[in-house]
Amino acid sequence: MIEHPRAEELVEAVARWIDGIRPGLPPRDAFLARVAVNVLGVVRRELTLGPAAEAAAVERLSALLGHEGDFKTLNAELCDRLRAGEMDIATPGLLAALKASITEQIAIDQPNYAPDPGPR
Amino acid sequence: METWAFAVTGPGGRREMVLRRRSAPFDEATSRSTSLATEAALIRGAAAAGAPVAPLIRLCEPQDGLGEAHITGRVAGETLGRKIVSDPRFEAVRPRLARQCGQVLAQIHSMSGEGIPLKSADAVAELERYEAVYRQSGAERPILELALQHLKKNPPPPMAQVLLHGDFRNGNIMFDPEIGVAAVLDWELSHWGDPAEDLSWICVNSWRFGRADKPVGGFGEYRDLLEGYAAAGGADVPLSRVLYWQALGSLKWGIMCLMMYSSYATGTESSVERPMIGRRVSETEIDLVNLLEAGL
Repeated sequence: MIEHPRAEELVEAVARWIDGIRPGLPPRDAFLARVAVNVLGVVRRELTLGPAAEAAAVERLSALLGHEGDFKTLNAELCDRLRAGEMDIATPGLLAALKASITEQIAIDQPNYAPDPGPR
Repeated sequence: METWAFAVTGPGGRREMVLRRRSAPFDEATSRSTSLATEAALIRGAAAAGAPVAPLIRLCEPQDGLGEAHITGRVAGETLGRKIVSDPRFEAVRPRLARQCGQVLAQIHSMSGEGIPLKSADAVAELERYEAVYRQSGAERPILELALQHLKKNPPPPMAQVLLHGDFRNGNIMFDPEIGVAAVLDWELSHWGDPAEDLSWICVNSWRFGRADKPVGGFGEYRDLLEGYAAAGGADVPLSRVLYWQALGSLKWGIMCLMMYSSYATGTESSVERPMIGRRVSETEIDLVNLLEAGL
């Protein structure tokens, strides 16, 4: 991959530019510009964190399902087995694996999101 | 739907009002939303039950030339959730809000609803409805699937249905820094159902605006909400029932986000906002995992 510049640097440069012109925009465009900056943040984090997160998710899915495969196939199989009732919240390791993967996904989608701590 | 704020000035002084007006064709029989005439009847009924609302001034007639529309008074205050949970102006009243929300819901739930055409839905019906939307989206999200199956398998025991607001959350309530709840807005999703549906929707973490530690709307505690509800004549609703419906609420919101993304994917909506909402699904998934882990 080309490193001078890296893709995430290109994305960051565009985000910074949009942020710079935002104050001069009419309200609706200023709002959409803020959304656009957030979109580019997701893209940047997916570029940097995505590959490792997907590899880890594949590993967890393989362990749960007992065989190897690519993310799409394993993920679809897990959904099918949950739908069929062959796996549920009592399945050992299921909730922990889902939590680990979704925690990494949130770090890409909304790193500042404060998850529900659950009832106390 | 169009919403216009305006003021009428006359011999009696100046009066702030809000016009709500239908701008696209609408069929009450097939829609999830009510007609504006139904909404007007709900606002009148809620006011009669003692609930704070923006009072109805006029349900428009054909000769008004506004189409399907109604006019209410404009109540002063704040609806922006983030301000309610963090603005220093609300600091003094904030600890009282959860209890007030419980009281207001008890008032709404006491309405007889006579003559108001509303649909009804229990947990199973809601799950079926959203499962169909999820299947249609083509998405494969194990946490949504797990939550769907778990909630379908463990519905709460039957309970007498009440008239629900249907969208009672931080964002649809006008708050005043002095008095707290000043008006309950946005009645178009009202229906008959489980009281815990209304009590829980305001507890869904997506409406806590960053204050996940305050389960009711980002400002209050479950205990205060439920005590306020019972003290004002509402049924005794156990926290477990609220948590069940709260999970159903997170699931619903997750599937709604998928649906809004679909409108981008299929080309119906091209705004930059639309695809981004698809990335809000994961927030509902992490909340669902935590609720399932807590033994929902």
